[in-house]
Amino acid sequence: MFAYIARRIVYVIPIVASVALVCFLLVHITPGDPLVAVLPADASQELAAQLRTAYGFDRPLPVQFGLWLWRALHGDLGNSIATGRPVLSEVLRAVGNTVTLAIAAALIGFTLGLLFGLIAGYFRDTWIDKVATSIAIAGVSVPHYWLGMVMVIIFSVQLNWLPAVGAGPGGSGAWGWDWEHMKYLILPAITTSVIPMGIVTRTVRALTGDILSQDFVEALRAKGLRELDVFKHVIKNAAPTALAVMGLQLGYMLGGSILIETVFSWPGSGLLLNSAIFQRDLPLLQGTILVLALFFVALNLLVDIAQAAIDPRIKRG
Amino acid sequence: MRNDKSKKTATAWLLATALVVGLPQLAGAETVLRIGMTAADIPRTLGQPDQGFEGNRFTGLTMYDGLTAWDLSSATKPSVMIPGLATEWKVDEADKKKWTFKLRPGVTFHDGSPFNADAVVWNVEKVLKQDAPQFDASQVGVTASRMPTLASARKIDDMTVELTTKEPDSFLPINLTNLFMASPSKWQAFYDKAEGADAKAKSQAAWAAFAKEASGTGPWKMSKFTPRERLELVKNEGYWDKGRVPKVDKMVLLPMPEANARTAALLSGQVDWVEAPAPDAVKEIKQRGFQLQANESPHVWPWQFSRIEGSPWNDIRVRKAANLCVDREGLKEGLLAGLMVPATGTFEAGHPWRGKPTFEIKYDKAAAQKLMQEAGFGPSKKLTVKTQTSASGSGQMQPLPMNEYLQQALAECYFDVQLDVIEWNTLFTNWRRGAKDPTANGANATNVTYAAMDPFFALVRFLQSSMAPPTSNNWGYINNPKFDELVTKARQTFDPAARDAALAELHAASVDDAAFLYVAHDVSPRAMSPKVKGFVQPKSWFVDFSPVSMAP
Repeated sequence: MFAYIARRIVYVIPIVASVALVCFLLVHITPGDPLVAVLPADASQELAAQLRTAYGFDRPLPVQFGLWLWRALHGDLGNSIATGRPVLSEVLRAVGNTVTLAIAAALIGFTLGLLFGLIAGYFRDTWIDKVATSIAIAGVSVPHYWLGMVMVIIFSVQLNWLPAVGAGPGGSGAWGWDWEHMKYLILPAITTSVIPMGIVTRTVRALTGDILSQDFVEALRAKGLRELDVFKHVIKNAAPTALAVMGLQLGYMLGGSILIETVFSWPGSGLLLNSAIFQRDLPLLQGTILVLALFFVALNLLVDIAQAAIDPRIKRG
Repeated sequence: MRNDKSKKTATAWLLATALVVGLPQLAGAETVLRIGMTAADIPRTLGQPDQGFEGNRFTGLTMYDGLTAWDLSSATKPSVMIPGLATEWKVDEADKKKWTFKLRPGVTFHDGSPFNADAVVWNVEKVLKQDAPQFDASQVGVTASRMPTLASARKIDDMTVELTTKEPDSFLPINLTNLFMASPSKWQAFYDKAEGADAKAKSQAAWAAFAKEASGTGPWKMSKFTPRERLELVKNEGYWDKGRVPKVDKMVLLPMPEANARTAALLSGQVDWVEAPAPDAVKEIKQRGFQLQANESPHVWPWQFSRIEGSPWNDIRVRKAANLCVDREGLKEGLLAGLMVPATGTFEAGHPWRGKPTFEIKYDKAAAQKLMQEAGFGPSKKLTVKTQTSASGSGQMQPLPMNEYLQQALAECYFDVQLDVIEWNTLFTNWRRGAKDPTANGANATNVTYAAMDPFFALVRFLQSSMAPPTSNNWGYINNPKFDELVTKARQTFDPAARDAALAELHAASVDDAAFLYVAHDVSPRAMSPKVKGFVQPKSWFVDFSPVSMAP
């Protein structure tokens, strides 16, 4: 197991290096002026040149990349051009908010997804299956920003039950797990949960149906095992694949959704990315993408290790 | 006797209980105004805000003052410049590059330190003097370009300061509305405490700390700041202008970049005021009893014509025809649900810089068609023109539908309009590069909206030939000796009334020349709860939050 983990970590190194390079290049090859956040359109050429030098954008691209990578390796992702604040603290604060949202959404999405998936798989081709499958299809098909808006209209504007936007009465800086704060989380979490709920339902349904049709299930039943014990075997066999799917979904959610976070003004990484793109704040954009990509890589690594721990065949592969 | 004592004890207990119960209620009587901004982040708080004029509106003019200010008290008269932290100023008769400003006595920063000539010099040098300890490159872009001729500042005495410009420039006092005075003492305290390898690192750390605990002289003081989420300001009881001490105790600013989210926050009672509500929600906002405030802004939504060799817009008949072919009232009432003012120039009637143009911009399709026919075009020979625009962007209103409206309108006057839609920031960058640059992609007009607060922003940067790229925003390389002559005249006329007359002459000349296709002015719509009282929406990008009160 240790060798497997070490091998997986070594594989991650070139991925992280590539991610860093792509993050750096992505924002440099897009058209427009990197100083647009601080440089008004009527700024003189002299002023533009002065600021370009001050921010180091006049240096050759490989030098800029080298310096950026060196500082990044030391935990310094530079300062936001627009706000002057350190990028790392901006990103970490936003990621913290997104993690809060992702955990809440995962709890809702995975619980319902597993429930619907198992029920639909067990009662395959019955009306129960059809209902659960319809919910799953609706979950992955409905545009989630639209769903968010509909929920805001119903629960905030019409019924006045839940806040429409924000991350708590005092902002996320004063977050607490009480009703006053939790009510800000409910609508964005439900909206975020619908896609993973749908995907997990579909995956688990297919897995359950497939496993139930295998010979070993018949053998277990023939041995006289109770249906509940048979089902435990089904769950154990479905778990590695379901876990991988959930891991990926959690990865997507930890990346933050630009659309959902914008609809709810939830101050997470999606909203930060949105803001960085619109302000054309290159250091912030680079830093946010890099941190999110690293999150994704780390999460994949963890999922791989967890899968291997559950299913020894994976280690051998 | 014993009975009396019991009564007294009981009364004392009752009073004590009333105090205990009542005090929190008294504390709860604090009045709060909650505003949903369109910005995605709290504009910078350290004295020179980012995020354009929305930044100045919320974190500039609230916590800070400039030497000069805008009069934001009237909804009917154009906002004009008035004294701020300077009470009077005059240009040196012998050397028109030198200005003397008399400072307002008795003004203190929020930290209690005095406002004086040293503070003015310090604030000028924070953006102009690269070797000054407080120089901050991040504040230069949003400041220096708004006062392009300011060169230096010098203390004459504690309450008098001399400012020098690179060339004679009568616009300086207007430009100074954009230079906000931050507290040098507060900054110095942060600088002294900062840890850093060198002076530059200490300076950056000091500015970062200052942004979290800002100190200006404005009517509002910073009380709580969560970056990207909320900024809380409390009233400055000791504000120097007693007539502008805020009526509400606290103002909470919340970034909400999405129009529907802002509107929902208002309708659900989460905020009391939103900037730019979703246009299609205007009807519901009104039906539910909310207020909708709007007024003509110093803002122009134009097509800026290319005047380089070979441009179809070099023929004045074509420029005039385009201006006569657009039904602006139709655009207003149809597409924009009333949220625009038809543009007949950069400034409208009543503005001191309007002047008396002889070319009347209106909808007259027959006259437009006649002009086009005189220029050699007709139903069987259309004139192809290409315009660069964006799908979104600050101040762009609804660029795509509005341009499609123009496309259809101009087709009736024998124009074949092609649209080149690009991303907003790219369009903005291309604006500085000009019509000759390959990034113009062959377009012979560009559609970038502009603020028209001051003469340089509103007129000079577009009309003066020396402002052609890469210097400034004369995107189309307009080269009209008459404009150049009038710009010089306005810049070098130092009597305010005569300067305004010169600017009016320049503006009238630009309309008579149909320098742009003038289409619309934005109206800065904002929606608010019926509880919000006392608000006056001026003809400005800015507003005064001081007179606003909250009904119980």
